[in-house]
Amino acid sequence: MNDNVSVAVFVFVAALLQVTLFASIDVAGGTPDVLVLSLLAIALMRGAVTGAVAGFFGGLLVDVMTLDTLGFSALLFALAGYWTGRYGETTGRDRAHAPLLAVVVVTIAIAFAGLGLHALLGEDVSARRALFDALLPGLALNLLLAGPVWALSRIVLRRPTISDRVTEVRLLG
Amino acid sequence: MARLNRLQRNRTARSAVLGLPVRRTASRSHISRTSSALRRRIVLGTLVLLSLALITISFREESDGPLHGAQAAVANALQPLEVAVERVARPFRDAYGWTKDLFTARSQNERLKAENEQLQQQVIQNESALQENVNLRALLKYRSSPAFPVDYEGVPAEVIARPSASFDQTIVVSAGSEDGVVPEAPVVTADGLVGTVTSVTDGAARVRLLTDESSAVSALDLRTSAAGIIRHGPSGDSLVLDRVSKKEPIRKGDEIITAGWRSGQLASLYPKGIPIGRVTFVGRLNTDLYQQVLVVSDVDFSALDAVIVLVSKRPAPEFP
Repeated sequence: MNDNVSVAVFVFVAALLQVTLFASIDVAGGTPDVLVLSLLAIALMRGAVTGAVAGFFGGLLVDVMTLDTLGFSALLFALAGYWTGRYGETTGRDRAHAPLLAVVVVTIAIAFAGLGLHALLGEDVSARRALFDALLPGLALNLLLAGPVWALSRIVLRRPTISDRVTEVRLLG
Repeated sequence: MARLNRLQRNRTARSAVLGLPVRRTASRSHISRTSSALRRRIVLGTLVLLSLALITISFREESDGPLHGAQAAVANALQPLEVAVERVARPFRDAYGWTKDLFTARSQNERLKAENEQLQQQVIQNESALQENVNLRALLKYRSSPAFPVDYEGVPAEVIARPSASFDQTIVVSAGSEDGVVPEAPVVTADGLVGTVTSVTDGAARVRLLTDESSAVSALDLRTSAAGIIRHGPSGDSLVLDRVSKKEPIRKGDEIITAGWRSGQLASLYPKGIPIGRVTFVGRLNTDLYQQVLVVSDVDFSALDAVIVLVSKRPAPEFP
């Protein structure tokens, strides 16, 4: 499968699962976000540009499916994907803790940025609920799910290595 | 070393001889990095602008605008997929909900049990207070009514102890010699006669109930004035009006009151006119000397909360 297509399918499935399944899970007031985790994995593996584009379309999909203000999640997720991609390309390169650190930073940043954006749009949101009640449990859930999502992403988005190509040639020969 | 070789490759013999500076060409990786950064920024800028444009239009547009229409169309197209995923995910979600409920059920159960216990206690306390209030009001009303015996002072008292066995028909009330209570003092409620004080301490008195086997009260049928003696009945709280001649036309429903006789220095322990109960059965057997008259008191002897001890205002008779 084409690399971009696999990324697109991965994002689509993650968005669908997030909206239909994971959004309804409530543990101590927090909700896990597998779409964000998937986007972080994509950004760390594919870089800032792919991360930003995947974030934009993933967020747009969520906005469409939840009938939210179009572009709201797209903006947040595009910026999150871009930052994570840059982090992975620079200081986070080949560091084992990079995915977990990215999860912590992005989860907190999205909470604050989302709150700010809502405030800019003049929408009534509870800052206490978003930042005190839901943020820490949500962060804990995201950290808990980061491992499985990261492992799944590595399997799904793995690029063929040289040895794979050699095997293909041998098989053909 | 590699760096030196690279420098040497750009250096010609002429330039080396003349000592001219070497003109280095821009490396390919540097160009690539620059174009990559530019591409990155362009992509990010485009996406951010696009997002802001979408937010602005979506926020300002009417709900029937083209962007909302497109959003609704895509959402409708995705709806079957969402429904399918939701159906597939439902068992997992139910399992999660079940597990979550299981975890919270124990603590919730304990909390609700404690709350329920507290509320039950509160309800019991409220009901008890209400009942006590009703009883005390009735006693107060009775004490100030014309039915209350003259020459007697009413000492209100709470029932503080009950007989531990059914054969011991006594109660202990919270009024004693300090309140003027004396042995043999009649004890009443608004419903009627309760019994007699048998022993007194400073702050409490033991009362023998009318239903006790050793109780005997001279009584009258209010309608016929037929006299008799009230004793304990064959069962429970029932009473018998004994020693009533067969000639007396006592009927079911007649009210029985205390006789309150007086003969010289001697007088009945009970003042006249205290209600005792109503006749529920009248039997006249040829073999018996007296009528069989069953009386049921209006006093609920098993649920006494408060009583009035009658203390005579007259000085006690002195016997030679």
